[in-house]
Amino acid sequence: MAPMISVRDVRKTFDDGLDALKGVSLDIEKGEILALLGPNGAGKTTLISIICGISTMTSGQISVGGHDVVNDYRAARRLIGVVPQEINLEPFERVRNTVRLSRGLFGLPRNDAFIEEVLRKLSLWDKRDAQILALSGGMKRRVLIAKALSHEPRVLFLDEPTAGVDVELRKDMWQIVRDLQAAGVTIILTTHYIEEAEAIADRVGVISKGEILLVEKTGALMRRMGRKEMIIELQQPVSEIPEALAKYDLGPGPDANSLVYRYVSVPGQRPGITSLLTDISAAGLVLRDVQTRQSSLEDIFVDLVRENAV
Amino acid sequence: MNWQAILAIYRFEMARTWRTIWQSIVSPVISTSLYFVVFGTAIGSRISEVEGVAYGAFIVPGLIMLSVITQSIANAGFGIYFPKFIGTIYELLSAPISFLEIVIGYVGAAATKSAMIGLIILATAYLFVPMQIQHPVWMLVFLALTCLSFSLFGFIIGIWAKNFEQLQLVPLLIVTPLVFLGGAFYSSSMLPPVWQTITLFNPVVYLISGFRWAFFGLADVSLGLSLLAILGFTGACLGVIWWIFRTGWRIKS
Repeated sequence: MAPMISVRDVRKTFDDGLDALKGVSLDIEKGEILALLGPNGAGKTTLISIICGISTMTSGQISVGGHDVVNDYRAARRLIGVVPQEINLEPFERVRNTVRLSRGLFGLPRNDAFIEEVLRKLSLWDKRDAQILALSGGMKRRVLIAKALSHEPRVLFLDEPTAGVDVELRKDMWQIVRDLQAAGVTIILTTHYIEEAEAIADRVGVISKGEILLVEKTGALMRRMGRKEMIIELQQPVSEIPEALAKYDLGPGPDANSLVYRYVSVPGQRPGITSLLTDISAAGLVLRDVQTRQSSLEDIFVDLVRENAV
Repeated sequence: MNWQAILAIYRFEMARTWRTIWQSIVSPVISTSLYFVVFGTAIGSRISEVEGVAYGAFIVPGLIMLSVITQSIANAGFGIYFPKFIGTIYELLSAPISFLEIVIGYVGAAATKSAMIGLIILATAYLFVPMQIQHPVWMLVFLALTCLSFSLFGFIIGIWAKNFEQLQLVPLLIVTPLVFLGGAFYSSSMLPPVWQTITLFNPVVYLISGFRWAFFGLADVSLGLSLLAILGFTGACLGVIWWIFRTGWRIKS
């Protein structure tokens, strides 16, 4: 089956000479959720902006639903909804009007029943006649999503949908994304939270300095990259690791009283923490404290860039 | 043509007009009334008539033009500058619409609003001076063309402007002097010959002259020349906008 979005060797050089994208190629399948992961300035937003028509590309080719985004932009854009990273809304406008405008811009006739459905789904119906400036930050983000959904897109771009959003809204957002996927919508979201990619994406693309470093199934990437460390503090100093604990990936900790356990945290796979702690007690060691730390995205990038350099 | 989109933009922009109805309509009416009091009554009482027309009536076309031109530029300039400023332009750029459709929507709404203001000022003028419009159809043609062409011009300024100061700069520094020196309050035949010649390089002279001819049947320059000037200006603005959207100048990075 032809991919829903096909990006071929896209380059973008800004007027000031900055190479924001250095030959990006990417296929996105129909109905999948792809998370684009990358640090700030990696080119995530630039790539999305180019696909959606907000920016122009220096060279390359992009098609959405088989339509070239330059030559056949009307057909391509009709399929696309985009939720920008910044809260770009007219402060004096009212919620329902601005959502209506979005639908109209995409050439669809007014449909108040559908707009009501979208607003209700996003818990915005009570605020339908409120001015945007009177809404909270989370509500404004919902309005942006409502605008993007108002024209029934088949492809949805979410640029940092959960940046600066509280936990509850983040969960809501994930549910909305899953519902949309169930309705057959292809979703591309950018994030720099690895947990977010882990929670909802089918595949993860890692982008850094204008290049796609890898695109992989989420599970596979997490197995490869989602390492965790547990620092085990003990009551007494340990000079060497007891024989009984040899089967664990243990190393010396930051001080004499501690050990570090390295493991991989993947859904559906036991990390072996319970048995380790049991074995520690059995070996006659007394626990004082335990703390865990996930390898941060920065660590992953350092690893990936190093791998790529080899 | 994506007519739905044009209609959506037009409605959205007109909704802003209704929402800000006081600023939109009342303030030009008040300022025009002041002009009538100062120029028409206070000064006009000492100038009996210009070329057979009472001075109070003589300045009506010029006053309407002054408001219509400044309003057109301000409305269209703000209309497109604001989405750029607050970032909502992303939606216009990502929508399946051509640049022509964006222009029709925004410029159409801006021109409608200034035409409304022009007609309201005309109605206000009737309260101050008795008048008879000799060529009402031509009057409407000139009004419509002026609203259209200066809304296009305002649209260009709105795209060009990088901040609010720049948005004000062109209207303040160029347009207001051109309108004041364009014969809004006098006939160019009242000027010394040298200035009469210089005046001919002011495009606004042709507009006011044509518009005044529609009212009173007297003009500084011929009707054909007036029409040619305004059509030429409209064409030039359209050309610049076409180029802007072809290159994405100051819109797309």
